[in-house]
Amino acid sequence: MSETNGNSKSKLHGIWALTNRELKKWYKAPVIFLLSIIQPVLWMGLLGKAMNIGALIPANIPGINPGAIMEQTLGTSDYFSFMAVGMIAFTALFTTMFSGMSVVWDRRLGFLNKALSTPVSRAVIIFSKVLSATLRSMFQAGIIIVIAVAFGLQFGATFTPLSILGVFAIMFLICVGLSSVFIAITIRSTRIETPMAVVSLINLPLMFASNAFFPTKFMPDWLQTIAQFNPLTYTTDAVRQLLIFNTNYTQLALDFAYVGIFAVIVAAIGIVLSWRFLSKQR
Amino acid sequence: MSEEIIKAEGLTKVFNRHLTAVDHVNFSVKHGEIFGFLGPNGAGKTTTINMLITILKPTEGRASVLGFDVAKQDSNVRDVIGVVPQEYTADEDLTGLENVLLCADLYGIPRNIAKERAMELLKLVELTDFNDKKVQTYSGGMRRRLELACGLINRPKVLFLDEPTLGLDVQTRIATWDYIRKLKKEYDMTLFMTTHYLEEADALCDRVAIIDRGKIIVVGTPEELKHSLGGDLITLAIKENEDVSGLIQKVEHVKEVRKEDGAYRIKAEIGEITTPFIIEALRKKGYTVTKLSLTEPTLNEVYLEYTGKSIRDVEESREAFAAQRMTMRRARQ
Repeated sequence: MSETNGNSKSKLHGIWALTNRELKKWYKAPVIFLLSIIQPVLWMGLLGKAMNIGALIPANIPGINPGAIMEQTLGTSDYFSFMAVGMIAFTALFTTMFSGMSVVWDRRLGFLNKALSTPVSRAVIIFSKVLSATLRSMFQAGIIIVIAVAFGLQFGATFTPLSILGVFAIMFLICVGLSSVFIAITIRSTRIETPMAVVSLINLPLMFASNAFFPTKFMPDWLQTIAQFNPLTYTTDAVRQLLIFNTNYTQLALDFAYVGIFAVIVAAIGIVLSWRFLSKQR
Repeated sequence: MSEEIIKAEGLTKVFNRHLTAVDHVNFSVKHGEIFGFLGPNGAGKTTTINMLITILKPTEGRASVLGFDVAKQDSNVRDVIGVVPQEYTADEDLTGLENVLLCADLYGIPRNIAKERAMELLKLVELTDFNDKKVQTYSGGMRRRLELACGLINRPKVLFLDEPTLGLDVQTRIATWDYIRKLKKEYDMTLFMTTHYLEEADALCDRVAIIDRGKIIVVGTPEELKHSLGGDLITLAIKENEDVSGLIQKVEHVKEVRKEDGAYRIKAEIGEITTPFIIEALRKKGYTVTKLSLTEPTLNEVYLEYTGKSIRDVEESREAFAAQRMTMRRARQ
């Protein structure tokens, strides 16, 4: 058979073809591409510049130093820097949520069944979705950093160009984790409405029960507990440690470990589910 | 290699523990033949094909493709089969060539070989002039041909076609049959297809299995099936108002006479010889024949005979389904 097929393939064959198929829908459509860049800029402008928390602290009262107070509560004297970095985690969340939807689309359009009847591994089909969402988010994270710098992001004292690589690394981990979660939610679904509802139900709480926009230490205890388990908290902290804080390497290592373990576990769950449920439709 | 390319024994699929979509089905497909599953919507055709192409696990029974068990050796099966699904699965935003190359990547075919094969296949399905046009601009017939090209990229030994001409107009349908015949000949393949178009089963299939509610009712060549009905159908009417059924019944080779709406429906062997004798017999008694027609049985009569219902009854819901799918595709853009 091999003489007519002529295919010498690895276990991972097809991963780039499937990933690129997803990415093409994005980078070949200029409008979508542009919107995906404008969106974080809008959010950053609205949340970061409009909600200038620093201005809430009156500077004319003797003995009060707004900068020092901000420094103490946020870890940086500039709320915009604090917020802009939170936006990176935000982007990860909102870009990866669509990875689940695209599984549902492929199922409805019949492409999923076609792919399942080829020698491509089921895990590869799922992982191509994960990978494309991850690459998109990482690209957007890069754009956010560039724009945030243009808007006046203040880097921490320990910042080096190498820190940017660290940001991409943590982004990679959290995106792999999050998109695996969203795919696990949608894997059996044949309708787009159900996963849409579930995703929008969990997305914002997940966002606000983290330190992305507000430090967790001022949250009520129950919320702090949730935030403590929320991988977004660790992601955001890692990005802050890398970009705007004076890096605490123990904390940074902890962040990476937590997000890394989260990513590995949920990705593994996603792959196991893909074996069980990808083809079981109707 | 065994003569039996596909073999199913007691193949069964039960959904949600109580909905039996395919019910202990047995059949085998020989090397080089086009084997068709004919039946209405919901008869279990697609479920059967999905088990054979390894995307659904059988609940009971077993099936093999080229000797590989579809449940236990599924990756071996996937290597040697080609699949042309019911849906248009090609990506709208990609060109025809890019779509075929994407399929090649799914089979792990190296790029240089893939390009060569893709160009060859696109030429065979006469899409060479459109290979760098986006699929968005393709007509229904062109999309079908593109799906055919994609399904053949790995040079399969067995090709599975699920409703290959669903939703196409008559001319395009007939043209698509020609492409299917040409490709089968070119690549020496065995074909398994499902259809609910009787003309399609008749024109394309070497053997047909009529399936209804998950069970195979009868298997045979279209000719055999038609012959099993017991001959041709003569319809005639006379001017007089009397019942002449008894008289017709006495004519040699006449097997059955039924009076319906003032006309006589006569089943007879070798209709073209028997008809003159019937007219002669009626004339002798002074009756005048006013209308006469002679038809050879079609698969529709076969279908009616075995399932007790006309396949046309289900046709409408199918077209509605195709229309709905079209809408969904548009919605995506």
